[in-house]
Amino acid sequence: MKVLLITAAVLVTAVPLVAHHGAATFDTEKELTLKGTVTEWIWANPHCFLKFDAKDDTGTVRNWVVETQNPTTMSSRGWRRVSFKAGDPVTVALQPVKNGAPVGRIVKVLLANGETLIAIGSQPDAPLPQQPEK
Amino acid sequence: MTGAFRFSFIAAAVLMLSAESFGQYQPWNNPGRAPTASRQEPAAAGPAPRRDLTGIWDAGNSGINGTGYPTPPLTPWGEEVGKTHKSGNGIRMVPMAEVNDPLSTMGDPTGFPRIILYELRPVQIVQTPDSVLMLYMFEKRWRVIWTDGRQLPKDPDPRWYGYSVGHWEDDYTLVVETIGTDERTWLDNAGDPHSDQLRVVERYHRLNQTTLELSVSLDDPKTYTKPWTARDKLPLRLIPPGTDLMEMIPSATEAAAYRRSMAEPSK
Repeated sequence: MKVLLITAAVLVTAVPLVAHHGAATFDTEKELTLKGTVTEWIWANPHCFLKFDAKDDTGTVRNWVVETQNPTTMSSRGWRRVSFKAGDPVTVALQPVKNGAPVGRIVKVLLANGETLIAIGSQPDAPLPQQPEK
Repeated sequence: MTGAFRFSFIAAAVLMLSAESFGQYQPWNNPGRAPTASRQEPAAAGPAPRRDLTGIWDAGNSGINGTGYPTPPLTPWGEEVGKTHKSGNGIRMVPMAEVNDPLSTMGDPTGFPRIILYELRPVQIVQTPDSVLMLYMFEKRWRVIWTDGRQLPKDPDPRWYGYSVGHWEDDYTLVVETIGTDERTWLDNAGDPHSDQLRVVERYHRLNQTTLELSVSLDDPKTYTKPWTARDKLPLRLIPPGTDLMEMIPSATEAAAYRRSMAEPSK
């Protein structure tokens, strides 16, 4: 599966995050979008996290671990304990940690059925298409 | 980004904004969404019942404050303790592998008053002839506030949630005093410290049938140079009595899994 390194340094309009675990760890100015396969989805406090395999640009598979907020907060955004299962294809937009490890926090995830689950931000990262004037 | 991805992202964002426009609505019940009725403000709130705070109350997002609250200057003792707190947010924020928040890294109890200063999720208030019980969604923890006229203990052993007594200041205002808290707990997510000399006063004022205002004042002369008010008339809204609150329990097992999978590799 080909890695899609679509976006870097995307401006993200993020809502303030309530983090127990050191938001300073993440490179919040950088956003990667990776296509991969879910290996595990852990629905836990104080943060849920998703593990998925994706190939890097040398073809090596890396197992990424990416977090969200807690189940209560994520439920209000439409996430569920059953949102992912091992083997699901996903496209994950994420903010990586600064040390280069395959770790990060989720911005949003595109599921195979076309649904998008949003973890960070309350508006799109691109302007809405303008309606042509009549 | 594919067209479908972009479209669904935009659609979800619009839905989220719509949900936020309902004020502090949160789908606290699980499974499934809150009933539609819970998303609607009552046409007109009735008068507050006399000496009655029973019900499930929710401050919404205002109940949670990740970055902590402004505090008065610390004493030298408070400065020393504060330096040992490595928080995940706020003024003492460090990378996650270095965080030593006893709540999130060890599964320690949130403790009081952090449960009302930082993690004030929905709380069910129950009254008995001798006490007021606070049943917190977060941690599925409870407090007993004695209203039978007893005095606070003298020089008590510290407890995670301290010792609390309450009295009705008037027919709509319950005043709660708490001492004897455990100084291992933090005041908030920013790692603000406190000592076992902390004295907390909570004022619950029932404004009308559906609104409860919470004010919280703290005095800890060992840690801070003067008293202060951390919450000032924070509004809590009555939510439907049939709401089945989610579990939101920070466990030691889940904290360890997070440390192993997320924090350690990020070093």
